[in-house]
Amino acid sequence: MERKYFLGLVTVLVVAALLAACGPKATPCPECPPCPEAGECPTPEPCPKCPEVPAAAAAGERLDIIKERGKIICGVNAELPGFGYLNPQGEFEGFDVDFCKALAAAVFGDPNAVEYRPLTAAERLPALQTGEIDVLIRNTTWTLTRDAENDLNWAAVNFYDGQGMMVRKDSGFKTLEDMEGATICVTTGTTTEMNLADTFRALGIDYTPLLFEKTQDTSAAYEEGRCDGQTSDKSQLAALRSAMANPEDHVILDVTMSKEPLGPLTAHGADEWNDVVRWVVWGMIQAEESGVTSENVDEMLKSEDPTIQRLLGVSGEMGTSLGIPDDFMVQVLKAVGNYGEVYERWLGPDGLDIPRGPNELWTNGGLMYPMAFR
Amino acid sequence: MTPSSSTYAVERHGAVPFWRDIRVIRVIAQIVFVIVVLAIGAWLLDNYRNWLAERNLTFSFRFLRLEASFDLAEGIPFKPTDSYARAFLVGVVNTLRVASVGIVLATLLGLVAGVARLSRNWLVSHIASVYIELIRNTPLLVQLFFLYFAVILKLPKLKTGDEITAITLPGPTYLSNRGLAMPWPRPSESFGAWWPFILAALVVALVLWILRARGVQRTGRPSFNFLWIVVAFLVIPAVGWLIVPGSPLVLDVPVIKGLKARGGTILSPEFVALTLGLVVYTGAFIAEVVRAGILAVPKGQTEAARAQGFTEMQILRLIVLPQALRVIIPPLISQYLNLTKNSSLAIGIGFLDLYAVSNTMLNQSGRVVEVFLMIMAAYLSMSLSISLIMNIVNRRIQIVER
Repeated sequence: MERKYFLGLVTVLVVAALLAACGPKATPCPECPPCPEAGECPTPEPCPKCPEVPAAAAAGERLDIIKERGKIICGVNAELPGFGYLNPQGEFEGFDVDFCKALAAAVFGDPNAVEYRPLTAAERLPALQTGEIDVLIRNTTWTLTRDAENDLNWAAVNFYDGQGMMVRKDSGFKTLEDMEGATICVTTGTTTEMNLADTFRALGIDYTPLLFEKTQDTSAAYEEGRCDGQTSDKSQLAALRSAMANPEDHVILDVTMSKEPLGPLTAHGADEWNDVVRWVVWGMIQAEESGVTSENVDEMLKSEDPTIQRLLGVSGEMGTSLGIPDDFMVQVLKAVGNYGEVYERWLGPDGLDIPRGPNELWTNGGLMYPMAFR
Repeated sequence: MTPSSSTYAVERHGAVPFWRDIRVIRVIAQIVFVIVVLAIGAWLLDNYRNWLAERNLTFSFRFLRLEASFDLAEGIPFKPTDSYARAFLVGVVNTLRVASVGIVLATLLGLVAGVARLSRNWLVSHIASVYIELIRNTPLLVQLFFLYFAVILKLPKLKTGDEITAITLPGPTYLSNRGLAMPWPRPSESFGAWWPFILAALVVALVLWILRARGVQRTGRPSFNFLWIVVAFLVIPAVGWLIVPGSPLVLDVPVIKGLKARGGTILSPEFVALTLGLVVYTGAFIAEVVRAGILAVPKGQTEAARAQGFTEMQILRLIVLPQALRVIIPPLISQYLNLTKNSSLAIGIGFLDLYAVSNTMLNQSGRVVEVFLMIMAAYLSMSLSISLIMNIVNRRIQIVER
């Protein structure tokens, strides 16, 4: 009896020791570089399912793949009302989603030629790197680390987000300087709390931070009146406000405490496709600048303005050089409208009500500056 | 079994080979076990070292001297230019504040509830039962969330417009969902001249206590120890107060200015919620410990005391509790430790305890392993200190047994 027990114990321990010893070396086929001859892998298991069309090999061909497939696979957020949200009717909607539609309209002339992939923050970058999605439009901040280390290319910026401050309307606060002595709710473990400390220190304002671990707790405490203000990214604040009992009692101050440029991005190696994405975004901004809207687009086709003529494909071959139809912007404008219309629809006073601030056109003192259509 | 039968067995099988000798096997098993444990430990350490090397990091606590650059507004003063080490200290002090206040209050509540549950008064015993069963059988985190979001944050606002809407009690004391602001004595310039009187009061009280205790032992007559000590503590500082120029303590009164109350002392809603939650929760467990301790005292003791004409209060104080304490103390230590460790749930309701601060520290510094080692070391030393003190108390009480 005792011997059996002992032998069993020894066996278990030996096996455990062996496993422990082999553990770190048990990754023989990490990135399967010789994918064409994938069967050559020395392990009994072949490489974990090499994508049929590896992202790296698709340099410049991503656009062809999309055209062949007949639809765009667009990575979006499903849980951020106003930006990317799966509505009760089972449809994706929001600011970012409209850019997916614009891309589909540009390539196929049909805003519904999109397959949406709802992604979490952690899934989004790998989904793009593995080629599972064509483009990611999911409030993703453009940072150096992400751009360089994750083999991604941002196409453009469609929303200049930044850390903002939400306060009660009846508090009368207009600027941060008014908030002397205020208590401010903030979610801990984010850059938000550092930016808050930096900003208020720089302004020399006395304040009391109140830290919560979860965003919904932060918001609940603010709504209960524990804090005079809540700080987070403006898009996030607006979405949180829309879920409050009385959204109209709260305002987001027109102050920005940090840089959070958001925009669509594609994988490295899909350069032609990336060009399409960026020029569709810039085209929408240019359309607003030139005063072309979803309603007057047909009249504007007769415009004498050379920029509008090139934008709408009346003159020049802008679309052809991108590899898509020349009238792509006409389709985009008919499908979703220009940048200002999309903004107004989701983020304007009837939507999340975020002041346009840096997202104004450059001609109105904002940062939205499309590159030259010529 | 006869001696001869075992002799036969040895003859039949010859000498037992060493690998079947139970004494050898025991030694080998222990050696193997130690080797395996060391190997696993070494592998984990090596794994961690590789992880560090891959990221060009080193295991070091040097980050503690760096500027924290986040803000903490609970407990001892802290500003963003202070170091990570001070941030950690803020967390430790806050945890100690909650734990010390919590342990004292939970003990009192538990004692009262435990005795009440055994009361022969129907209403009292049932109220105690309902409290204990309700609290003991729901999770603490749920209770804390309820207490914080549904009770404390529902208190009136401090100000509505320019009008003060907080519940105002004499003092003035303001109770609102921004916390409890109340007057607090602060030492003034002449405090330095006054505190020797307090020290003197302490010495006199101690001497009196010893003298009276000896008197009781010699004469067997009850004496009012407590009364003497109170007199010593009141009279001597009062005399000092009159002698010292000015008043050594001034009352700092809270004033509502701008968006918040300033001056006096302000207990934050988070501190109140956490402390109250822990006291109520742990109190229910202590009540059961107390009840068990009391029931462990033989019934004959109570009956004998009652027959001798002791009042119910005297029976409890002089006969039952001293004997029950022997049973109560060991499980009570566990409850104290639980209360201290449960205080880490503070992170859910925004109180800056040790764990919440450390969480921020590791998020902002990226020093996960170092910070977790510090957290564990801090909780371990707090728990071991409580255990140590309580074990000493326990030993003193156990010796009483004759």
